[in-house]
Amino acid sequence: MSGPMTAQTQGAPDARDVVLAARNVAKSYGSVHALKGVNFDIHRGQVTTLFGENGAGKSTLMKILSGVIQPTTGDIILDGRPVSFANANEARDRGISIIHQELSLAPNLSVRDNIFMGRELRGPLGVDFAEEERQTRRLMEELEEEIDPLTPVEELRLGQQQIVEIARALSVDSRILIMDEPTSALSASEVEVLFKVIRDLTAKGVSIVYISHHLEEALTITDHAVVLRDGAMTAYAPRSDIDLDWIVRNMVGENYDLGSPPDSDRRDVALSIRNLSVPDATGKDLVRGLSLDVRAGEIVCIYGLMGAGRTELLETCAGRLRATGGQIVLEGQEVSHLSIAERISRGLALVPEDRQRDGLVQTMSVGQNLSLASIASFTRGLFTSTGAEKKLIEDSIRTVTVKTSGGGAPIGSLSGGNQQKVVIGKMLATKPRVIMLDEPSRGIDIGAKAEVFRLLADGARRGLAVLYSTSEVSECLSIAHRIVVMHKGRITAEFDSTVTKEKIMAASGESVAA
Amino acid sequence: MSATTATASGARDFSIGRLLLEGRAFFALIAIIAVFSFLSPNYFTLSNLLIMSSQVAIYGILSIGMLLVILNGGIDLSVGSILALCGVCAGAMMQGLELPWAGVILYMPVWAVVVLTVAVGALVGALNGVLVAFFKVPPFVATLGVMYVARGVALLMTNGLTYNNLRGTEALGNTGFNWLGFNRIGGVPISVIVLAVVAVLAGLMLSRSSFGRWLYASGGNERAAELSGVPVRRVKITVYTISGALAAIAGLVLASQLTSAGPTAGTTYELTAIAAVVIGGAALTGGRGGVRGTMLGAFVIGFLSAGLVIIGISSYWQTVFTGAVIVLAVLMNSIQYGRGGRKS
Repeated sequence: MSGPMTAQTQGAPDARDVVLAARNVAKSYGSVHALKGVNFDIHRGQVTTLFGENGAGKSTLMKILSGVIQPTTGDIILDGRPVSFANANEARDRGISIIHQELSLAPNLSVRDNIFMGRELRGPLGVDFAEEERQTRRLMEELEEEIDPLTPVEELRLGQQQIVEIARALSVDSRILIMDEPTSALSASEVEVLFKVIRDLTAKGVSIVYISHHLEEALTITDHAVVLRDGAMTAYAPRSDIDLDWIVRNMVGENYDLGSPPDSDRRDVALSIRNLSVPDATGKDLVRGLSLDVRAGEIVCIYGLMGAGRTELLETCAGRLRATGGQIVLEGQEVSHLSIAERISRGLALVPEDRQRDGLVQTMSVGQNLSLASIASFTRGLFTSTGAEKKLIEDSIRTVTVKTSGGGAPIGSLSGGNQQKVVIGKMLATKPRVIMLDEPSRGIDIGAKAEVFRLLADGARRGLAVLYSTSEVSECLSIAHRIVVMHKGRITAEFDSTVTKEKIMAASGESVAA
Repeated sequence: MSATTATASGARDFSIGRLLLEGRAFFALIAIIAVFSFLSPNYFTLSNLLIMSSQVAIYGILSIGMLLVILNGGIDLSVGSILALCGVCAGAMMQGLELPWAGVILYMPVWAVVVLTVAVGALVGALNGVLVAFFKVPPFVATLGVMYVARGVALLMTNGLTYNNLRGTEALGNTGFNWLGFNRIGGVPISVIVLAVVAVLAGLMLSRSSFGRWLYASGGNERAAELSGVPVRRVKITVYTISGALAAIAGLVLASQLTSAGPTAGTTYELTAIAAVVIGGAALTGGRGGVRGTMLGAFVIGFLSAGLVIIGISSYWQTVFTGAVIVLAVLMNSIQYGRGGRKS
């Protein structure tokens, strides 16, 4: 290979700046090798980004560096000396903090109480709330967020909650801050603020480890890139030597392509949304008089920012939320009054956005999750037919290419991308006429993304109507025949597949800042 | 039965610890039988085993209903009270219902008494279900309230007294109520047969029917189940209704065994039923558990307390032992699910 250094080069070129390093770190769970002898350096006052697909071992490595789990073999070297952390608190005492992908806030407590949770400041009269509030206010100013320290966390938007999580890590004066997908719930302007905070921190000598699936975004902030694949480090290079293609090539090991709109017959209108309005709990409209048609064999992409009303639109079509006005017409028949189950049996299926919360039953096996939405199809009289169910499960595993040891494996044993394929497979097994997918690529890697989009394109070729939402522009310009942009509950623009990224972003109300 | 699953999973990843953990309720039962057989020659005899089993039947029937509710992620504190209310209803019907507007006393045949009593239990259970599913009352609170109401109604109906004569009269054609509690088929008490039938039906329902799958799914993740087309409200109402109906059956069996029905019967039985389900390895968070484990749990509790009586240990100690067994069981549950749930 030419250009940047590859896996054969061990360690970093400027070794004196390394504050924390992993040397030949391996982690095994029984016969599964999550990490196979990884070397990893964190440089003082710089941002090191870890790239890799789901299941590549990123989270495992981060958990080892932050003391959450212990390596099977290998050393952790802090300031040139080998250390071992018994738990996350020991690592935190040495200045290493981690912000996990899933938020770990108590929603009922205020911002102030969350930030000081577990290490309350003591005063002469118990907890020194005034001092805590003062420090919280200062942190919020630093993060340029107008959040009152006494607001309960549950009243904040998801993006603001993430800011609180970041503030908590900052409040313990960390020297090394690990951020696992910190921007997944943030709006473009909130990401800008976060990046400014990261630059301020690095200027003060804090080292940042950054993990993100949003590659372009990560490239704007990082100083070093490390790529993991299948538990091993495949490449390492400073920012100046690399570009997007280099990362993707090393992550997947091949050229990637999210596909192009399939050549399919676009026939009759399968799903027709007419003048639909959906209110939130306070009566404010999240979707306002929206109309949209999707034809059989057509793929339509809804692009919009967080809070544009995409999720509410799709959940209303599926029957989870009630509309206050308008019609949902499936193949000529009004379905607004039907239950979720009736809509599924008529052929209208939704793959929800949050697969942990809305998609999977964690206590059930892979197979039972796959067959959950089509139990009726293998029920004979009073009882379910084991044989028919097994066939359905095996067919589904093959169609959506789930990597699993079999239908009996626990759902938690799968990587994020494979879990997402299970949720999609579950809804495809109901033989839908229209499938709606809410952010089908959220939190899954490029390889799995491409496979998911290939599945949808295949479906469209067979006459399936596909409606999916996304917040990444590059995903609009892949398989969709038509792109509609949503902003504040309305469709603000509609494009065909020849549109440019800039036009889409402009229509969504997003700034196209360089 | 439990031994086969334990060895099957043991073969995959053999270790004594794992085998003991997964078959814990089964091994606990074996240990209890072995210890008491050693301590008392009267314990391990066919007649004693059958007597103990007929006592377990009451708890066993209740705990199967409780299992369904717990699999759904709920809890049913009202079963002990429903048991008493239904016993009292059956007692009232056996003594003859006075219908003042018609000027007659109505004596019903036993089968009609049984059917109506079960219907009363199902109705009270359905009330629980509606409170939980439609009015979003937390199960703990809804069934706590119904627990008091049902007990109070039972006390009101009898003025706090007990119906003592449930034998019926030959001339009125309503004899045979004590068949449930006293008769045997092939030497096996009817109550044990009732328990076996209920257990087999519940087992089939859980493992083979679509309702069973709906129940496990909505207990494991209600939102995901709902979006997959599972009628989660109907499932909820159904499990509480079944739990109520089973409490009524347990009430009938108990009243028949005692040939009397009192409004204070079955006090704290709901806690014993919960204990049996927990000892049987079900998770109180829902979605995990099975009939086999629950049955083992019920027999562990029943055989343990009967054994302590037989070897002459004070009933105060029985309470201590039962409590210790429950805590131990929950501890083991958290070891099992804690390890299973932690995957990176």
